Amino acid sequence: MSTVAKPREVHHAPGVHAAPTSFWRKYIFSLDHKVIGKQYLFYALFMLVIGGLLATLVRYQLAWPGRPLTFMGKIAPDGMPGGVMLPEYYNSLFTMHATIMIFFAIMPILIGAFGNYVIPIQIGARDMAFPKLNMMSFWVAVPAAVVILWSFFVTGGAAAGGWTSYAPLSAIQPRGQTLWLISLLILGLSSLLSAVNFLTTIINMRAPGMTFFRMPLTTWALFITALLLLLALPVLSAALIMLLFDRILGTTFFLPAGLVVSGQPWTNAGGGQVLLWQHLFWFFGHPEVYIMILPAMGITSEILPVFARKPIFGYRAMAYSMCGIAGLGFIVWGHHMFQSGMNPILGSTFMISTMVIAVPSAIKTFNWLGTLWRGNITFATPMLHALTFVAMFVIGGLSGVFMASTPVDIFIHDTYFIVGHIHYVLFGGSLFGAFAGLYFWYPKMFGRLMNERWGKIHWFLTLVTFNLVFFPMHFLGMRGMPRRIYDYTQYTHLKGLQGMNQLMTISLFVLGAAQMILVLNFFLSMRRGRVAGPNPWHANTLEWQTTSPPPHENFTGRIPTVYRGPYEYSVPGHGSDFLPQSEPGGPAAARTHA
Amino acid sequence: MKNATSVSRAARAFRAALLFSAAALLPAAAGAWPSWMRLPEQASTYAPDIDNMFHLIMWITGVIFVIVELLLLVFLWKYRHRPGRVATYTHGNNRLEVIWTIVPALICVMLALLSRRIWDHIKENMPHDAVEVQVTGEQFAWNIRYPGPDGKFGTADDITTLNQLHVPVGKPVIVTVTSKDVIHSFFLPEFRVKQDAVPGMHTRIWFEGNKVGHWEIACAELCGLGHFRMKGFITVDTQEDYQKWLAEQAAAQTAEAPAAAAAGAPAPATAADPAKTVAEKGGSS
Repeated sequence: MSTVAKPREVHHAPGVHAAPTSFWRKYIFSLDHKVIGKQYLFYALFMLVIGGLLATLVRYQLAWPGRPLTFMGKIAPDGMPGGVMLPEYYNSLFTMHATIMIFFAIMPILIGAFGNYVIPIQIGARDMAFPKLNMMSFWVAVPAAVVILWSFFVTGGAAAGGWTSYAPLSAIQPRGQTLWLISLLILGLSSLLSAVNFLTTIINMRAPGMTFFRMPLTTWALFITALLLLLALPVLSAALIMLLFDRILGTTFFLPAGLVVSGQPWTNAGGGQVLLWQHLFWFFGHPEVYIMILPAMGITSEILPVFARKPIFGYRAMAYSMCGIAGLGFIVWGHHMFQSGMNPILGSTFMISTMVIAVPSAIKTFNWLGTLWRGNITFATPMLHALTFVAMFVIGGLSGVFMASTPVDIFIHDTYFIVGHIHYVLFGGSLFGAFAGLYFWYPKMFGRLMNERWGKIHWFLTLVTFNLVFFPMHFLGMRGMPRRIYDYTQYTHLKGLQGMNQLMTISLFVLGAAQMILVLNFFLSMRRGRVAGPNPWHANTLEWQTTSPPPHENFTGRIPTVYRGPYEYSVPGHGSDFLPQSEPGGPAAARTHA
Repeated sequence: MKNATSVSRAARAFRAALLFSAAALLPAAAGAWPSWMRLPEQASTYAPDIDNMFHLIMWITGVIFVIVELLLLVFLWKYRHRPGRVATYTHGNNRLEVIWTIVPALICVMLALLSRRIWDHIKENMPHDAVEVQVTGEQFAWNIRYPGPDGKFGTADDITTLNQLHVPVGKPVIVTVTSKDVIHSFFLPEFRVKQDAVPGMHTRIWFEGNKVGHWEIACAELCGLGHFRMKGFITVDTQEDYQKWLAEQAAAQTAEAPAAAAAGAPAPATAADPAKTVAEKGGSS
C-alpha cells in the first residue's frame, strides 16, 4: 500500500468522447459527467424549493389549524377551497413533502450532483465509465419529477398515504397514488443506472497510484452508497410493482381476505399480507437512510481535514465504519415495525442489531473530533456547514437510541419524536452536508467563489432557525402528539401544544426566507464572485489539481499519478501545509502513510 | 495496597455517579420541569418501566451529547487558526479507536438488554385471569367488543360500543387489536400502549390501568382523511362502576336490537364480528 501501485494502462486514450460544440450536446443532452452533475444540482435545488414550500403549508396548518390562506384558495381550489385546508390535502402535502425531499432533493443533490461531479475528478478519471448511461440516468429522472408534480393536478389530488405508502391504505387511495408509484419506479431505474456507473468507474478507472485506501472519503462514501442503492433499490421496485398490480390489475399481494372499506366488502381482497409491504419497503427503506447520510458523512470527512489543516483522524476506521454501516444497514429494517404486530421476539433481535449500528456512527463522530484536535482551524463557509453537520448529526444519532429501545418505542413510535429524529438526520445531517459540499465545490464547478459574508449569514440563520423548528418536535412527541395529524387540537391532551407549534412555524418562515440568501448568492456569484483559481482551499485531492472549472475530460495532458493518501496536511518538513496527492517526492513522513 | 485504594476509589466514584444521577433525576420525578418537557401522566402498571427506560436513555445520551458538543466547541476555540500556528501531524491512534468502538458498543448492548426485560414483560407474558376486549379499527372509529356474560366473543350476548372503552381498575386487560379496512394504531398515551391494528391480523396486547379516570384513545397510524379525528375514550372504572356500565350497555343493546333489525341495516358497531369473518375467509383462501 505504501508504494505507488504499478502504473496501469490509461483506460482510454484522451478523447473518450469529443468535446461537443452544439448547444444541445453541450448543455442539454451532455455526456460530460460535470454537466450532468450540474444538471442534477439544478434539478435537486428546484425540487428542494418545492419540497420546502409544501412543508411550509403543512406547518401553517399545524400552527393555525383551519385558518384560511386566501391565495391558496386560488392556487389549489380543490385542496384548499376558500383557502381552508382539507384533511386529505394536508395528507397529500406531507406525503409529497417527504417524497420530494427524500427522492427528488436529497438523493439527487448528494448522489446525482456531487457523485457525478466529484467522483471522476477525485479518482483521476476523464469521465464516468458509461457516459451515455450517465446521461440516460439524468434524463430518466426528469420524467419521474414531471409525473410526481403532475399528480397534484389529477382527480383526488396527489398521493396521500405517507411517503411510506403503507398498504392497504395505499391500495385504496385515489389516482395520485398510482402516479406516485410510477414516478418512483422511473426514478428507481435512474438511481440504479447511476449506481452501476459509480461502482464501475470507481473500481476500474482510478488513476495510477490511486489505491482504494488512497481514495478521498467522499468517493469512499459514494462507493458504499452506490453499493447500497444497487442492493436495496430492486426490492423497493419489486414492492412498487406489486402494489401497482394490486391497484390496477386486481392482484392481492397486500390485501388480506375480508377487507371492508366504508361498509362495503373490497372487491379484490384475499390471501395477501399487509405486513409484507412494510418488510419490503423497510428492507429498502433503512439502507435508504444511509444512502442519504453516507455521502454527507463523506463530504464532512473531506472538508474537516482541509480546514483543520490536518490529516483525517483514523482514515481506515472511517472507511471500515462505512462498510460496517453498509452491512448492518441490511439487518435493522424491523425496527420500523416494532409496533406493527410483528413477532416481539423478532423485535428484540432487531433492537440488538439496531443498537449495534449506532457504533459505526459513534466511531465516525469521535474521529471527526480527533481530526479537529490540535488542528489549525479556519472557518470558511464549507467548514461551518461541515461542523454543523457533526453537531446536528450527533443529536439525530442520539435520539435514534430512544426508538431503538423497543419498550420506549411503544410510546414514541409514530409521534413527533420520530419526526424530530429524522429531520435532525436528514436536514441537520444530509442537508447541512449538502450545503457544505455546495460551498466547497462551487468554486470548482463555476470557477468563482460564493460570497463568504452572505454565506456566513445564511449559515447562521439556518442553524438557529433549524433548531427552533425541529428541536421542539421531541417535546411534542414526548407529550404524545402523533405525526401526520391534520388537527391535533381535536384531542384535549394535545390542545396545549399550539403555542409551541406556532413558534416552530414562525421559525420555519424565517428558515425559508434565509434560503433566499443562498439562492441569490448561488446565482449572483456565478458572475460576480471572486475568481477561484484551481485550488482556493489549498486542498490535496485531485479535483483541486486541475483548473476551475476543469477542462473537458478533466485534466489537460496526462492523467495525474497519485503518490499518497488524500489528507496529507501540515506534513513536518514540507514547505507548505498541504501536499497534493499528485505531487511527487515530499518528506519521508508523508510516504510512510499510504 | 495500591489495588485496594484504586478499587475503593472506583467504588466511591461509582457511588458518587449514582448519587449525582439520582439527584439529577429528582427534578424530573418531582415534576419541577415544565409540563411540555415531561412525559404524560402514568395510568398503567408498566408506564413507569417504560418511562424509567426513557429517562435512563435521556441521561446517558444527554451526557454524551454534552461531552461531544463541548469538546467540539473547545477544540474549535483552542485550535483556531492564529498566525504561526501549525497543526499536529497525526493519522490517528489505534488504541483510541478500540476504546471508542468498545465503549459505545457496551453501552448500547447494556441498553438493549435492559430494554429486553421490559419488552418481554409487556409483550411476551400475557396475564392470566384478565378482562378480554376486542378492538377493531375502521375508518374512522374504534369498535369495542366485550364477550358478555358467556365469556365468548361472537355470540348474541356480546356487548359492543363505539369509541368507548371501559376497563376495571387494578385488573389486567387483554385487548385483541385488528382492523376492518386499513392499518390503524391503537394508542393510549397515558397507558404507554400502542399497537397497530392490522387488517388480517389479530394482535393480543395487555395492560393494567392502575388509577380511575378518563382519557383519550388516539389513532397513531395514518389511515386516511379522517385520521386526525379517529378519537376514542378510555375510562378506568372501579370494579362496581365497571360492572354497572357493562350492565347498562347490555340493557341498551337489547332495547336497540329489534329496532335495528327492523331497519334492515345493522349499525357498524353491531355488525357481524369482522374478526371472525376475516379468520374464516383467510383460512379458505
